[in-house]
Amino acid sequence: MSQEYILEMTDIVKEFPGVRALKGVQLKVRPGRVHTLMGENGAGKSTLMKCLIGIHPPTSGRIVYDGREVCFKNTHEALNAGISMIHQELSPVPERSVAENLWLGRVPVKGIRVDHKKMREDSFKLFKSLGLDVNPDEKMGNLTVAKMQMVEIAKAVSYDSKIVIMDEPTSSLTETEVEHLFRIIEDLKKKNVAVIYISHKMDEIFRISDDITVFRDGEYVCTDAAKNLTVDKLITLMVGREVTEMFPKVECPIGETILKVENLSAGRAVKNVSFELHRGEILGMAGLVGAGRTETAETIFGLRTKTGGKIYKDGVELNIRSPEDAIKNGIALLTEDRRGKGIVGLLSITDNTTIASLKDYGFPLNHNKMRADTEDYVAKLNTKTPSIATQIQNLSGGNQQKVLVGRSLLTNPDILIVDEPTRGIDVGAKAEIHALISKLAGEGKGIIMISSEMPEVMGMSDRIVVMHEGVMTAILDRKDFSSELILEYATSDIPCDPDVPPTDPGR
Amino acid sequence: MQKTFDRKKFISQNSIWLVLIALIVIVSLFQPKFLSVTNMITLLSGEAVRGIMAFGMMFCICSRGIDLSVGASAALVAAVSASLVQNADYANRLLSFGPLPAPLVILAALLFGALIGAAYGALIAYTKIPPFIATLGTQLICRACAKLYTDRPVSKLSEAYRFLGKGKIGGFPMIIIVFIIMYALAAFLLTQTRFGKNVFAIGGNDQAARVAGINVERTIVGVYAWSAFCAAVGAILLAGRAGSADPANTGLSYELDAVAAATIGGTSHTGGICRVSGVLCGILILGVINNGLVMLKVDDNMTNIVKGIIIIGSVVLDMRKNARKK
Repeated sequence: MSQEYILEMTDIVKEFPGVRALKGVQLKVRPGRVHTLMGENGAGKSTLMKCLIGIHPPTSGRIVYDGREVCFKNTHEALNAGISMIHQELSPVPERSVAENLWLGRVPVKGIRVDHKKMREDSFKLFKSLGLDVNPDEKMGNLTVAKMQMVEIAKAVSYDSKIVIMDEPTSSLTETEVEHLFRIIEDLKKKNVAVIYISHKMDEIFRISDDITVFRDGEYVCTDAAKNLTVDKLITLMVGREVTEMFPKVECPIGETILKVENLSAGRAVKNVSFELHRGEILGMAGLVGAGRTETAETIFGLRTKTGGKIYKDGVELNIRSPEDAIKNGIALLTEDRRGKGIVGLLSITDNTTIASLKDYGFPLNHNKMRADTEDYVAKLNTKTPSIATQIQNLSGGNQQKVLVGRSLLTNPDILIVDEPTRGIDVGAKAEIHALISKLAGEGKGIIMISSEMPEVMGMSDRIVVMHEGVMTAILDRKDFSSELILEYATSDIPCDPDVPPTDPGR
Repeated sequence: MQKTFDRKKFISQNSIWLVLIALIVIVSLFQPKFLSVTNMITLLSGEAVRGIMAFGMMFCICSRGIDLSVGASAALVAAVSASLVQNADYANRLLSFGPLPAPLVILAALLFGALIGAAYGALIAYTKIPPFIATLGTQLICRACAKLYTDRPVSKLSEAYRFLGKGKIGGFPMIIIVFIIMYALAAFLLTQTRFGKNVFAIGGNDQAARVAGINVERTIVGVYAWSAFCAAVGAILLAGRAGSADPANTGLSYELDAVAAATIGGTSHTGGICRVSGVLCGILILGVINNGLVMLKVDDNMTNIVKGIIIIGSVVLDMRKNARKK
């Protein structure tokens, strides 16, 4: 009808066996604008995009794109029509060059021969136009995850699409690259390209969005211009109720030292890290990507070989050589890599919950007790699942995380290390996990919380360890927290002396 | 509506059992003698050894490995244990001392088998060589060791040693009883013990298993020790049944039948999925094909074509079933 919208999706319904993922939603996107989709995990944002580009054609509904009704059967058709997508999970071919990855599926040819020269030149041209510093001849696998993501972004842009969909593009990018991405988005807008943006990061969303559409439980909630919305309003719309407190920090007495780490080193990833953790304390760990925080946690947990330093618990030196040893000594780790190192997707909630504590269930295994304990944690943590026999891969990210939290707690740890505990988790579940962490600290456990989200790490922690490239650059007390200071230390090269109070590295 | 949904689910979950029933119906229509008690006993006795090896193989495949050396390690165990129980009045015996007590020899043989498996399990677990390659190597080594140990078949074995392979209790063959015991043992290990849960976890996501505090290496050693233990049980049955152990031919290419049975039985080569009852069904399907098609005088090559189609078909079916869940 009108050419005002480049894309109009109306009454989209998508049914999977047993689930109605989209219940008649709509989306209207204008050219030259950044349109953000918001909603909790499982709200249907990614599903709607998959309907659009033909990965899962919708069960019913109408899609009008560029003035004509369409229904793409596969991503190839969508690409040809001018819709490209940057997926949340990367799928590079690590053994081949960057250029080959870039032109995968549309390699330039001369006759039947691959035109390697043109491929290289086109790659150079593309990277130059985007201001990207990547060598097209480099093997894809040699790039950092962040650089790979940038190549992926370049690839999506190179199709000269009318719509570019970006599904959580910044989850593995550093600050500089995020800025870079935003400049690319600005350029796209100037070329009248519509960008559909999916993200959980509020600050980003308000910085770049023109319009925002909110979904909840597979239903359309509303669309509005970003300037008419606030963070609180948006959260209320997404959750359908008011989330009163984002960081329910409960002040609790800090007890004696439970864990002492002295000059901990692990190859080049962790260099001479020293700190103490007390009962009832939440010790935050802040830093940029590659700061060595996860590596520090993995070294303490025995997942990574310690090349130097000592670890004491309650004053006794520990010799931890495997996660098995760590768990025996009352240390638990909630990994940042939920899919890769956390869940066993094919197994049930029960198996995933009890996997780290099987020795407590005797021989033969007491299945009744295993199920009872699982039911217990499902109820305690408010995990939403059809049953405890459900395969964990069928749950949403937040609920998977709750199962993993249950697994950690079932080992009855004194020290709990949580690594990005709320990454990729929706707002409601996030608040629940924060409340739980505070509660555990209140019970006298020592908690180390690694987080890249500034408000989270500042809101929850009693003290914060700041790291940069494997070196600890500061330990800050709660009274000194400020995002500027943390960022300064996160980029400082000067190691801190834990006995000396921190000074401002800038001066 | 609800009812049709359930029926679909039932069919997809039990598809291989339906294939088995269909095969039995087809064969018995053309040859009613197929379903006679005598023939059923023949069929089961014939498949028991391969079946037992499949109960070992499924653990390997479920943990994303494979054990190509079960046939060869069976030959080695069979040759060595048989040489210890040759009758004293047999002039050409391999060793100068008389037959040792059979229970002792059998226990030692099972232990020997488990140790062989633990050795190559350790090789796989600690050096991270792909299991396919590692067990291809140990297959050649085991077979060669058996031939080095004796260059001719070891025969004239004591009756006590042969009891498991050819004996009967109340007319019922021991070999089938051993098969049933091994079935129960495999099911117990897989579903009732930490070891079994760890195998599923490692096959499903080995990194997650490690983070959860599972000793991945030790579990892998256990998996191959169990597989070779099953092979050793098979070795004793084979030697006992035939009355001799032939270093060159005992257990030859049994590993492939074990892989086939485990695969038809729904054991996933991408790891983390297997059921002992499924593998049992896989063995029975192979048994019906081997036995039934021979009874129908179907050409040997045709039989193998049918086997091939069923192996491939079962995997296609499984993959589609798992893909749908995603």
